[in-house]
Amino acid sequence: MNLFTLLEMAADAMGDRVAISHGEHDLTYAELLVAARRAAARVRAAGATRLAYLAVNGPAAPVALFGAALAGVPYVPVNYRLTDTEIAALLARIPGALLVSDTVAGAGAVAGITPAELLAAGAELAGDAPDDERGIAVELFTSGTTGAPKAAILRHDNLMSYILGSVDFMGAEADDASIVTVPPYHVAGISAVLSSVYAGRRMVQLPAFDPADWLALAARHRVSNGFLVPTMLQRIVEHLGDTRPDLPALRALAYGGGRMPPAIVERAMALLPQVDFTNAYGLTETSSTIALLDPDDHRAACAASDPALRARLGSVGRALPTVEIAIRDEAGVPLPAGAAGLVFVRGDQVAGEYHGLGSLLDGDGWFATRDRGWLDDAGYLFLDGRADDVIVRGGENISPGEIEAVLAEHPDVRDVAVVAVPDEQWGEGVGAAVVLCAGSAVSAEALQALVRARLRSSRVPQLVRFVDALPYNETGKLLRRVVREQLGG
Amino acid sequence: MSVQYKAGAKLVSTVCDGQILVLRVPAVPVDLRIGGAPVVLASAVGDKTAIDPALSGGIQTGKRYTDEAETMEFLCTKGGAGTISVDGTALGIKAAKALPSSD
Repeated sequence: MNLFTLLEMAADAMGDRVAISHGEHDLTYAELLVAARRAAARVRAAGATRLAYLAVNGPAAPVALFGAALAGVPYVPVNYRLTDTEIAALLARIPGALLVSDTVAGAGAVAGITPAELLAAGAELAGDAPDDERGIAVELFTSGTTGAPKAAILRHDNLMSYILGSVDFMGAEADDASIVTVPPYHVAGISAVLSSVYAGRRMVQLPAFDPADWLALAARHRVSNGFLVPTMLQRIVEHLGDTRPDLPALRALAYGGGRMPPAIVERAMALLPQVDFTNAYGLTETSSTIALLDPDDHRAACAASDPALRARLGSVGRALPTVEIAIRDEAGVPLPAGAAGLVFVRGDQVAGEYHGLGSLLDGDGWFATRDRGWLDDAGYLFLDGRADDVIVRGGENISPGEIEAVLAEHPDVRDVAVVAVPDEQWGEGVGAAVVLCAGSAVSAEALQALVRARLRSSRVPQLVRFVDALPYNETGKLLRRVVREQLGG
Repeated sequence: MSVQYKAGAKLVSTVCDGQILVLRVPAVPVDLRIGGAPVVLASAVGDKTAIDPALSGGIQTGKRYTDEAETMEFLCTKGGAGTISVDGTALGIKAAKALPSSD
């Protein structure tokens, strides 16, 4: 299988529909197909073995993704926010690539081309895309929040399985449009392109997120859909205050990519009552979404008085029909509903593979996400942080998530991160970095008392430090390593 | 005419515009037809014959077709007037739960 099939089908069935809006420019599916064939011809002419992309989101990103597929080489989007040194280190790992960038010229074994040059008129590579068994579609460098970035491998079969299993071909209305503001180097940036093309939903590209720009662009293009990482939705909600935005065409917003405080979701639902909210949970290694909390789940949870049902607003929903999710303990033994452990996932879209490390799937095809969590008796998945973030206090495993959830309920707390801090007696202790709402004042003792009243005494943060903001990367991932350093870990 | 197919193979009808992509097949040869006539590889040129009226319900782009036991699955990449059949039995559209967009 080859991803290029998705674009061929779209161009064949709805060639005149607009695929991409960027600034004042529109590109139809027929034009996107031609542009991808030109990009593939450029890859072949350069004798390149990869097509790398180092730029903000623009029409050249989808063109490069499909062009690489047709040329039969991996597409490698690189994070443009990295330092020059970090970028050079990543480029050294992809010799033979053709690099699309307007800021970094080719270097060493990497040849360079600008996005405009990639899109320029030229020869097209005719014919069918190669159907190499287990061909690699995308190589994505993980964010490396805990170490050197790993190069995750996503094969055509993985991504095709995700798209065919979760997206209806031409399922979008002719005037639907999705605002895309996740960067191209994030797995959600890849899946946004593939899903939108297969559904026939116009992509409105917003290269740099800003809440006011997002709202203005969504209004101008009568956007119907969108995907946001949690910090983006939070910033939109805060930007709006008590004012409901005038977005009559907006029907659906999905969010994911990190921990989302339920209070923000409730606030967003109140501000946008006509919008369907979907929480999507997935990883780079799983070709994006593996579980969904759908709009009905959101409404049911908000309306519920039963605490167990209400709590589902904080869950990431249930597994896709094509995916299995299981919880296991540290020894690999499956756990029943309600028991917290490690989240495992299985399905054709699950790649679980890195360059240099090979496949990390076990003999039965299960992938260890390294996320901690538990399933309720109806199969709703609740996440509880990363396995690596667990605080080990005197042999007792403490999950930061449950303490953060309690602290986040305090009306004066805007954001909070709980991490391990050094402790002479216990080895590790509980530390909390707390961001207060503007103009609020609350004592560390009051927050400690709140935790003591709700959880066991071992959960009470021995260190509470008030900070102006928590360190997130640009796609909303909390940099716990940095918090640990700030708290003296 | 039974043939052992493999996932990823692109096949075209010889009696209509229909084209399909093999997503999943059993590890045994099957007699795969569209509109009553055996399919051919996209790269091959087949003899154009007439559509079998009994197998003229058609296929739609983007739909997945499967047998009752779901031992095989084909994606229609281009719609056509012929129906897909395997070993004489017509395939049906695979029912898929509608999911909200998560991208």
